[in-house]
Amino acid sequence: MERSRLIREMEGIVGAEGVVHEHEQLRTYECDGLMNYRVIPDLVVLPESGEHVQRIVKLCYDEGIPFVARGSGTGLSGGALPVESGVLIVLSRMRRILEVDIPNQRIVVEPGVINMWVSQEVADEGYYYAPDPASQIVSSIGGNLAENSGGVHCLKYGFTTNHVMGAEVVLPDGSVTHIGGGRAPDAPGYDLLGAFVGSEGTLGIATRITLRLVRTPESVQTLLAAFDDTEGAGGAVSGIIGEGIIPAAIEMMDRLTMEAVEAAVQPGLPDAGAVLVIELDGPEAEVEEQFGRVKEICEENEATGIRVAEDDAERALFWKARKAAFGAMGRISNDYYVQDGVIPRTELPSVLKRISELSEEYRLRVANVFHAGDGNLHPLVLYNNDTEGEAERAEELAGEIVFACLDHGGSLTGEHGIGQDKKKYMPKMFTDDDMNVMQLLKCSFDPHRICNPGKIFPTPRLCGERPGPFHMHPLQKAGIVEQF
Amino acid sequence: MQTQNGVVEDLQEIVGLDNLHKATAEDAIEGVEPSLVVEPGSVEEISAIMNLAARENLTVSPRGGGTKTHIGDPPRRLDLILSTARMNEVLEHTPGDQIVRVEAGVKLEDLQEHVSGSNQMLAIDPPESGATLGGIIAANSSGPRRYKYGTIRDLIIGITVVLHDGTVARAGGKVVKNVAGYDLSKLFTGSLGTLGVIATANFRLHPRPAATRTVTVSVAGPEQAKQAAQSIVHSQVEATAVELHYGEDEKLLTVLLESIPGGIDHKTETATFLLKQFGEVRTLSDEEAEHLGPLAPSAVADEVVLKVAAPPVELDAVLGSAVDAAERRDMPHPRITGQAGTGVTLIRFSGIDDDSAAGFVEEMREIWVRKGGSATLQRAPLTLKQRVSTWDNGGDYLGLVRRVKEKFDPRGGMNPGRFLGGL
Repeated sequence: MERSRLIREMEGIVGAEGVVHEHEQLRTYECDGLMNYRVIPDLVVLPESGEHVQRIVKLCYDEGIPFVARGSGTGLSGGALPVESGVLIVLSRMRRILEVDIPNQRIVVEPGVINMWVSQEVADEGYYYAPDPASQIVSSIGGNLAENSGGVHCLKYGFTTNHVMGAEVVLPDGSVTHIGGGRAPDAPGYDLLGAFVGSEGTLGIATRITLRLVRTPESVQTLLAAFDDTEGAGGAVSGIIGEGIIPAAIEMMDRLTMEAVEAAVQPGLPDAGAVLVIELDGPEAEVEEQFGRVKEICEENEATGIRVAEDDAERALFWKARKAAFGAMGRISNDYYVQDGVIPRTELPSVLKRISELSEEYRLRVANVFHAGDGNLHPLVLYNNDTEGEAERAEELAGEIVFACLDHGGSLTGEHGIGQDKKKYMPKMFTDDDMNVMQLLKCSFDPHRICNPGKIFPTPRLCGERPGPFHMHPLQKAGIVEQF
Repeated sequence: MQTQNGVVEDLQEIVGLDNLHKATAEDAIEGVEPSLVVEPGSVEEISAIMNLAARENLTVSPRGGGTKTHIGDPPRRLDLILSTARMNEVLEHTPGDQIVRVEAGVKLEDLQEHVSGSNQMLAIDPPESGATLGGIIAANSSGPRRYKYGTIRDLIIGITVVLHDGTVARAGGKVVKNVAGYDLSKLFTGSLGTLGVIATANFRLHPRPAATRTVTVSVAGPEQAKQAAQSIVHSQVEATAVELHYGEDEKLLTVLLESIPGGIDHKTETATFLLKQFGEVRTLSDEEAEHLGPLAPSAVADEVVLKVAAPPVELDAVLGSAVDAAERRDMPHPRITGQAGTGVTLIRFSGIDDDSAAGFVEEMREIWVRKGGSATLQRAPLTLKQRVSTWDNGGDYLGLVRRVKEKFDPRGGMNPGRFLGGL
């Protein structure tokens, strides 16, 4: 279809103000939170309803035009990177909270709703939405769903996938389906919702999302413990977990990170080699006793200072410090690369040692922020783009760090996703067969590969290919299914 | 099926003489008898068997402990049972990481025994004893504790599967937090052997609770049952399970509480305070808890069990509709148990003619599917299954379920006919 006609058709669906087609304006959308990949899309369309999305996708399907969905554009793996000659479907105008159902502990939202709004909406009822990625003041629920976002409280409460209970999905052929039970549990059939959450926008677009709401805990206690080095802090983490305590959150920052955070938001962090922010929540008596034990364990591991949050304001300050960590790097470095790797928690000391060796070898500073409870590392590789070759060295170093994670039994990514950025590393974690079988799922949802194509997998699988000689499917033969 | 001698020899070659058996009547699934039962001892052997099955176009039904063969419709065809009985090794348990990797044939009890030394547990409590982890995943079995810990989909972190043609694929890993690649672990959860064979699985573990208490209150009827459950669900007590036992005489709402020794009294007091508006609240002794508590197993084996999944706040309507539908058919009051906090209700009856039973199931489907829920037969005599399917019609996602099945099992060799939509 000619571009001018496509623009007209799209305008027919969403109105002229919902279509961006001028080159300069399109540049706003050329990348997401990962800025080293940039592609200018052919067209940006901003739907206002599920019906708009359905019609846009149907048009793309009929015309064979690839499309990419984007929420707030805060993703850190290039998952919402546009495709050339493709349509970018931006969901930021779909920001309505559709239903609040406290009796069933559910809320139904449009994909563009900001994560934080959900908790704000139900706070007065004594409820909140548990997954809290550091980006929660800007990132959208649709984006969180696509990436299976984590956050600092997922050790106890789980990830996005444990909190999305149902979704209305526009499939890549423009049809609409409803997956997951929503309010009722255990929808019969395959766990399509479980497969869809975290599929990085490659299987379809969620247009209506049912989330689980969690009752606010009776008691919350937060402390900040300082240690001489990350080893001491790591020892305290192991001690706490080993005791059978599941903190709501347990986060670690190293000296370099603290330096940046202090410069950015002045939370008054102690002068230390590492700090832990530890939060416990739950019924009061339980929290009180375990909190006492957590303090003892920190002391046993030679904490140099423990500061307990006296009130919500101080607690908020601790969390502000932690959640500011990525952005704060700008205070101590021109440029930085955010890595996201996972290791089995017990491997922490050896992986930290390896990161420090790599940092020396590459002559680049690395600041470390961890979700220490679940082994999710966020090393921040600092570099200067103006120094020739440094950006490349930084990327290479970041790659080496994630390989170290794999060597220790971990994963390429804990919450930022594979997207565009890490697909080249996938063969280090998975075999060709692993990836081919995963792509059977892609083929089931998107046989023409028009939905966020080229992401996650280094080599796309052709969906038409059939291993071995072709046989008509028995169900097809028996007349149970017409056509696959 | 007339199994050709060549196939028998080839299978013997793969697993050894001792691990291939002629099927007996006991191996039948819903009246359909297989020819052979093969017991591979490794992922490689499973792969070789499936490869052979694809070449010879044999249909295969994976089997773990055999505790759930009553779930699902009769198979359309059945040549080979692939038993995971020999896949019974715990591959790795790292207490410090709170993870475990197992072969699919490991029995849940054995796994719990294995990890209990480290004061850990896999937080799943399905009703069947003798179930394997592979079977629990395939049938998505759960029990009362799902209220706190979720179902097996929330605990599984990695999987190895073997497809119909012997292709071996792995997804996830052995870390709790991981978003690399598609989550095949969840896709295979509840797939009932129709997508492939689950060969190994990795799980996150939880600490064993140091202190447990069970409190119970009698409720007068459906409305009170709902109110009592809602009072716990909307409180800050963080209960582990909220169970309903709803028979003709006894109607009890039971709450399982777990904590540390210093926290359990406080929790018990809170729960008691919340429930006392409904009647006298009792704390059960351990012995009583075994019979009445959330974890009590089903007492009758030969019965119809219909699982109704509905929004939790509809609990009163679910109970009302079941009692009403039974009454109108002159059936005795059904024995109803359920996870009142999550919206799962199990309606049990026995000794009912198939006409009434089929009418009952259809009526419940008519009501609860329309309200966004589902009604699935967990157990039923074959004669009833010939009248009504195990499954309702699902939702508008059925087409997608079919496409997934076709991609993963294009020749229809995996447990054909047992699943939703005749898959």
